Amino acid sequence: MAQAEMNWAAIDADPRFQALHKKKLTFLWSLMLISTAYYFLLPIGAAYFQDLYKIKVWGPLNVGILFALSEFIVAWIIAGVYAVRANKEFDVMAAEIIRDAHNIK
Amino acid sequence: MNLKQIGGAVALAALSTLASSQAFAGAGAVADEFKWMTFAVFGAIIAVTMYITYWAARQTHSTSEFYAAGRSVTGIQNGWAIAGDYLSAASFLGIAGLISLYGYDGFMYSVGWLVAYITVLLVIAEPCRNIGKYTLGDILAFRNDPKASKTVAALSTITVSTFYLTAQMVGGGVLIKTLIGIDYHVSIIGVGVLMLGYVVFGGMKATTWVQIVKAMLLVSASILLVLITWGQHGFSLPGFLQAVVDNPGVQKQVAKLVGDAASSMTPQELGQRFLEPGLFLKNPIDQISLGMALVLGTAGMPHILMRFFTVPTAQDARKSVLWAMGIIGGFYVLTLFLGLGAAMNVGAGPIAALDKGGNMAAPMLAQFAGGGADSVLGNLFLAFVAAVAFATIVAVVAGLVLAAASAMAHDIYVGVIKGDRASPQEQVMAARVSSIIVGIMRSPSVSPPKARTSPTWWPWRSPWRHQATCPPCS
Repeated sequence: MAQAEMNWAAIDADPRFQALHKKKLTFLWSLMLISTAYYFLLPIGAAYFQDLYKIKVWGPLNVGILFALSEFIVAWIIAGVYAVRANKEFDVMAAEIIRDAHNIK
Repeated sequence: MNLKQIGGAVALAALSTLASSQAFAGAGAVADEFKWMTFAVFGAIIAVTMYITYWAARQTHSTSEFYAAGRSVTGIQNGWAIAGDYLSAASFLGIAGLISLYGYDGFMYSVGWLVAYITVLLVIAEPCRNIGKYTLGDILAFRNDPKASKTVAALSTITVSTFYLTAQMVGGGVLIKTLIGIDYHVSIIGVGVLMLGYVVFGGMKATTWVQIVKAMLLVSASILLVLITWGQHGFSLPGFLQAVVDNPGVQKQVAKLVGDAASSMTPQELGQRFLEPGLFLKNPIDQISLGMALVLGTAGMPHILMRFFTVPTAQDARKSVLWAMGIIGGFYVLTLFLGLGAAMNVGAGPIAALDKGGNMAAPMLAQFAGGGADSVLGNLFLAFVAAVAFATIVAVVAGLVLAAASAMAHDIYVGVIKGDRASPQEQVMAARVSSIIVGIMRSPSVSPPKARTSPTWWPWRSPWRHQATCPPCS
């Protein structure tokens, strides 16, 4: 695995690497965007839509508390989605490129 | 003297510091007749962490072992260690306290601190593992001028660690003083000696395992407290919340917070108000500003970044964040019960009387759950929770010192001054010496908080000076 044998420019130009890079970047940014947007709904709501948060749903349990708890669920789901996709797809694609790396000229 | 003897000497010194400081003991939350028990529990927990350090020290010889535990930490272990680094005293004591005093707004901190981990997972974890060796500087030096980028990264790491470290050490000192009345300066020295013991002898391996043990203790203590507190209400969520709303102490606290508006509200409305936003963060912009600080601050914390250098592969880095998110998230859901439970059972008045920022809410709830201030079990619980909180502070401080020392020794000394030409022995020695320098440099900068308008964890003037917890410092 001597580094000298690697043609990094060729690997960078390889369509498989390009595809992996693009896929991963798009996926990461969209997840990031979704999670940030969903998270900021909470403080924005707490600041400007307090009447909504005060609506009681189940006994004293109100929309505000339910929404805060939902943030936990959403965070876990996003983490799960990322892990599954990274393990099943990105790692496989990367492994394939690595296996072939010495032959990419 | 070999490592074993030095380790033993440090352990003895630390224990005798604690024991002899009993002479300094004044008033605290623990009655004098129960103080021996508090010392025994503290001593037991310190002894366990010292043993871990001794065990780790025997295996720590190379640079990679010192900074990154030889990259032999598994994903699950690292997950617990991240949770340990993250669930610092501010999370356990600070958030429970905020919820106990202000209800809903305190819980906003919990949410932000968990969501922050999404950024760590998506943006930080894998690249850190793949590119970095021991420090943030390594990552930047990969594609930039090594000397310049290492210098900048080291300065950044040292600055962040220093501020965070000071807040933690002040917290440790105040905690010990408030609970058992040991002199503030003696407590600070105790924290310093212990922390240096972990770092200098055990390096990353000891720091990691101390974090794992501490995180497990913290989570079990919280689960136990929640079981007792929630169990009173038959594990029903609406039942528990209804008890909060009906509680006269809670109603009184809300009346105090809303001021004149209280006269037109029924007791039920006052109680319900505790579960609604706006009691603490009254200006809308405060809510959003807090949200940004929480979500963006976490990803830049050097001792969290450093954790990703300890695992063997990117898959393990990913796995460790997932475990950490599970543990941290679960813990933060518990803080809702801890805080509201303390508000009901202890009351905002007594909590604020002991510490204005509410930081004593969780230990006081523990005392209540065990049977109250006069019972043996109550004081045993209190001692256990306090000792866990203390271990938390020492462990987090150890992680921070390790991060700052790695920046100093690896980036500045080896990378910039020596131009990356240093023998392995020299590198480990540089790391140990830097740890001691960082530890000693901190001591004079840590003075007791005076006439605090802002509470324990964030003692100087800052945008967060009116808040009990500094948002980026979990």
